[in-house]
Amino acid sequence: MSAPLPAAPLPAAPLPGASLPGARRRGAGPAADRPLLDIRGLCVDYGIGPDAVHAVVDASLMLHAGEVLGLAGESGSGKSTLVLAATRLLRDPGVITAGQVRFNLGDGQSLDLLDAEEPQLRVLRWSQISLVLQSAMNALNPVLTIRAQLTDVIAAHQPQLSRKSRRARAGELLEMVGISADRLGSHPHELSGGMRQRVMIAMALALQPQVVVMDEPTTALDVVTQREILQELSDLRDRLGFAILFITHDLSLLIEIADSIAVMYAGKLVERASAAALFSAPRHPYTLGLLNSFPSLHGPRRPMAGIQGSPPDLRALPSGCVFHPRCGYAMDKCATQVPPLERPGGGNGRLVACWLQHDGQPPPELAAPELAASELAASELAQSPGPTAPGPAEPRLAAPELTGGPQ
Amino acid sequence: MSVTPVLEARDLTKHFPVHGARRPALRRPPGRAAGAGRVVHAVDEVSLALASGSATAVVGESGSGKSTLARMLAGLIRPTSGELLLDGARLAGQTGRGYARQVQMVLQDPFSSLNPVHDVRYHLARPLLVHKLAGADRLDEEICGLLERVALTPGDAYLRKFPHELSGGQRQRVAIARALAVRPRVLLADEPVSMLDVSIRLGVLNLLGDLRDREHLAVLYITHDIASARYLADHIMVMYAGHVVEAGPAVQVTDEPAHPYTQLLLSAAPDPERGQRESLRGRGAPPSQVAPPPGCRFHPRCPHAMAVCAERRPPTFPAGPGHLSACWLLDPARSKPELADSTSGQGEET
Repeated sequence: MSAPLPAAPLPAAPLPGASLPGARRRGAGPAADRPLLDIRGLCVDYGIGPDAVHAVVDASLMLHAGEVLGLAGESGSGKSTLVLAATRLLRDPGVITAGQVRFNLGDGQSLDLLDAEEPQLRVLRWSQISLVLQSAMNALNPVLTIRAQLTDVIAAHQPQLSRKSRRARAGELLEMVGISADRLGSHPHELSGGMRQRVMIAMALALQPQVVVMDEPTTALDVVTQREILQELSDLRDRLGFAILFITHDLSLLIEIADSIAVMYAGKLVERASAAALFSAPRHPYTLGLLNSFPSLHGPRRPMAGIQGSPPDLRALPSGCVFHPRCGYAMDKCATQVPPLERPGGGNGRLVACWLQHDGQPPPELAAPELAASELAASELAQSPGPTAPGPAEPRLAAPELTGGPQ
Repeated sequence: MSVTPVLEARDLTKHFPVHGARRPALRRPPGRAAGAGRVVHAVDEVSLALASGSATAVVGESGSGKSTLARMLAGLIRPTSGELLLDGARLAGQTGRGYARQVQMVLQDPFSSLNPVHDVRYHLARPLLVHKLAGADRLDEEICGLLERVALTPGDAYLRKFPHELSGGQRQRVAIARALAVRPRVLLADEPVSMLDVSIRLGVLNLLGDLRDREHLAVLYITHDIASARYLADHIMVMYAGHVVEAGPAVQVTDEPAHPYTQLLLSAAPDPERGQRESLRGRGAPPSQVAPPPGCRFHPRCPHAMAVCAERRPPTFPAGPGHLSACWLLDPARSKPELADSTSGQGEET
């Protein structure tokens, strides 16, 4: 194999407490070090020619070591397509038309995954970037035991390990996610849904990757199981220091577990901010609408409107801002010109694509005071991983009058 | 309550026989049925009353029996025991067309509950024609009226649409319109929004709320999402492994949960407003329903379990006005140091 990678020597077995190079450093501020994964201007189409569907348009994201980056959006917003493209796992009608995905190899070197040759990718995949999919039942092979599936990945990437140590390592991995090692001989159908998803997580962590991509990992599970798995995941992250790119449609969940959040709508990133800032002071009407789509568990019940209309058809996107037909604040300009993803005044590393924040008069609910930098840092330190919603104890304001017309 | 509920269930029980898949018929002892009497205890002695103009939510994890309960209420499956009362009158076994005119159901998945080869008009014309509610001359008019009741306006724009031309929210609205066609008084909605996109879920929930308020329907809302139950429903009933563990006014159940399982559910629900990370109150998974644990079915997972919990099934104890909970912790006969803690709902044992 001619991998011109400075093949990062992989630590063989020691797991707990192992401090990885470039392990997470929370509170130091995300801009303190170079991002682990830097996605720039990624565009993905399905199909070619004039009929191509633009599934992801000019998406830029940065994932830092040890960070949990949440990617939120409804079905069809392009969030899965984005990560599949960034990891070069996109299947055929999908075409990457532009962009760069720089993966930091350490020592000041980086590799553009979109240019990388297959052998280079083979070395990186799973050992540096691994993937947990939504449906563990489909991702696990039903005719193989858990042991066979766990040792397979170790055998492929660390052939120097003996069969015995591979098996020992598989047992260790299983224990790590809270399953007794004597379940190694089980087949997937003998495990509950939550256990299968834990096996998937153990498998993803088998080679101590720097980045774990999780595509709706808990959506099919019951809430109690979901919570158990998320807690384990955050404990493991604290111990092992990997970064997580967490994809889900459940923004309320993401606010609890993520450090920063990117919101996608119809293939475009519409807002990116730290989780606490996004929750306490959303800047994009879509983010506000999403936040107002989750009824609260506290306080008096009040009518909520959600978002009128329904997500657009990607084959016939509206002109201008793709959200304008559903937006309660739309101006004339929104129908004709595409708002750039820019930093609104005074934002802490926040980006938003909305004309209101550029030259309009943002209504009060979209102009809540930003957290001061010190508060933000404090809240990021305190959130582990559930961020407090600090500062404004005032609940979010109600959504604008959205006439609940036909969906 | 003095008002007779529209639909009442008393001690509904459903046991599904376990077929002895692993034991072929020939090797079974002669004269014994498949599964040899083993049953899945899907729903055990559940009682509830649906009053007109009110919404009741049934909350539980998968396998708690909430959908089985709805299917019994809809008359789709026969209860093993227990009885249904419509307007206070016992139903004599059969639940036929007359019952269907009173009680209708909306299913979870609007992508499979509408027939892809038929248009909206066909779907809505069927119940009207089957129940002889509209002649051929007034059919389109009736259908447009139905569509407008579920906020699909103008109605005639949707008549000729096929399911694939509609969004998820629109499909679910058509499914609700179909249920409304026979002018029922009870609407059973089994996870009506869980397959829909987040941004349009509230629209459908609000529609159910409107139907309750404007048309005085009795709505049963089945969900695993306790926050949406709190939003829509007047009463919440929490089910665990086929038993009702807690029932009461929606806000009270969620603000002051009395049963440890409800507390567990609430601590697990996503909640951005939660100050700090709350530890889960209890672990483990729901029990096997073929051989459910004796006593309280939650006791193997319960952080407060006592000796009595493994022995006897707890009766319902009052936990507040109109609020009942099946938990020995609330037994008035018991000396109660922990009780105050467990109803206050915040941080004691982890």
